Amino acid sequence: MEQQRDASSLGMWVFLVTEILFFGGLFLAYTVYRSEYARAFAEASRHLDITLGTFNTAVLIVSSLTMALAVFSAATGRRRALLVFLIATMVLGGVFLGVKAVEYGHKFHDHLVPGPHFRFPGPYARQAEIFYSLYFAMTGLHAAHMIIGIGILTVLVLQARKGRYGPAYYTPVEVSGLYWHFVDIVWIFLFPLLYLIGRHIH
Amino acid sequence: MAQHVVPPKIYFAVFTALIVLTATTTAISFLDLGPWNTVVALGIAFVKATLVALFFMHVKYSPPLTRIVVAGGLFWLAILLALTLSDFLTRGWVPILR
Repeated sequence: MEQQRDASSLGMWVFLVTEILFFGGLFLAYTVYRSEYARAFAEASRHLDITLGTFNTAVLIVSSLTMALAVFSAATGRRRALLVFLIATMVLGGVFLGVKAVEYGHKFHDHLVPGPHFRFPGPYARQAEIFYSLYFAMTGLHAAHMIIGIGILTVLVLQARKGRYGPAYYTPVEVSGLYWHFVDIVWIFLFPLLYLIGRHIH
Repeated sequence: MAQHVVPPKIYFAVFTALIVLTATTTAISFLDLGPWNTVVALGIAFVKATLVALFFMHVKYSPPLTRIVVAGGLFWLAILLALTLSDFLTRGWVPILR
């Protein structure tokens, strides 16, 4: 049994390694373009809402805590607590996506979405458009992972309601937790790179 | 690992550290530290990611094989970043190639 559990976690980690490299490509593209167009990227990043960004970072951290507590509840046979923490994690994931949707809405309103309607004051419009292409690609891919995570949590909640998980068997909760925390880590890097580090480059 | 159940006390301690670090990194972004803004922001992100991986993701309590896979993944990421940036970031160094 112990070997089975270790093997499941290992399998999830192998998948997460492919995810590290998947996101790694985007982080690499961001780094290359930012080193080339530092000023444009700084100007473009100042149009992001740092308050909403910080709030969302905190929301994801709380959701990671509730996910970790869900794994603990499953491992110690606290079935009610398991359900509560799984649902709390889902709700927090939903809050994150809601705030993200509001931010995307602002970008559409301000003509900061790459495409024929993109408008950016000053001489760096084309380069700022690259920043926003990367912004939407990176946060969009991250949001897609969040939506998949909420889907996985839905399955966990349905199974947990049937009492499928307890100290003897909670591998799906443990492994889904790894995925959820990984998506949190991606945001931990996206947040400073997109929102924070360009604030004083002129 | 699965058979090693991490007590909630540790989770709450890690959570507090993560929230404090998030507040710190946002606060520091309002100060002008020149190039150090990037260094500090990424340094804090790295510490936060390490805390999440070690405790929330149980890497600290995992068998060696899992830890090798995690380290291997980061090593491949390092190759991806280092080899590509060794090209892009050094292009200005030899003027004739521009």
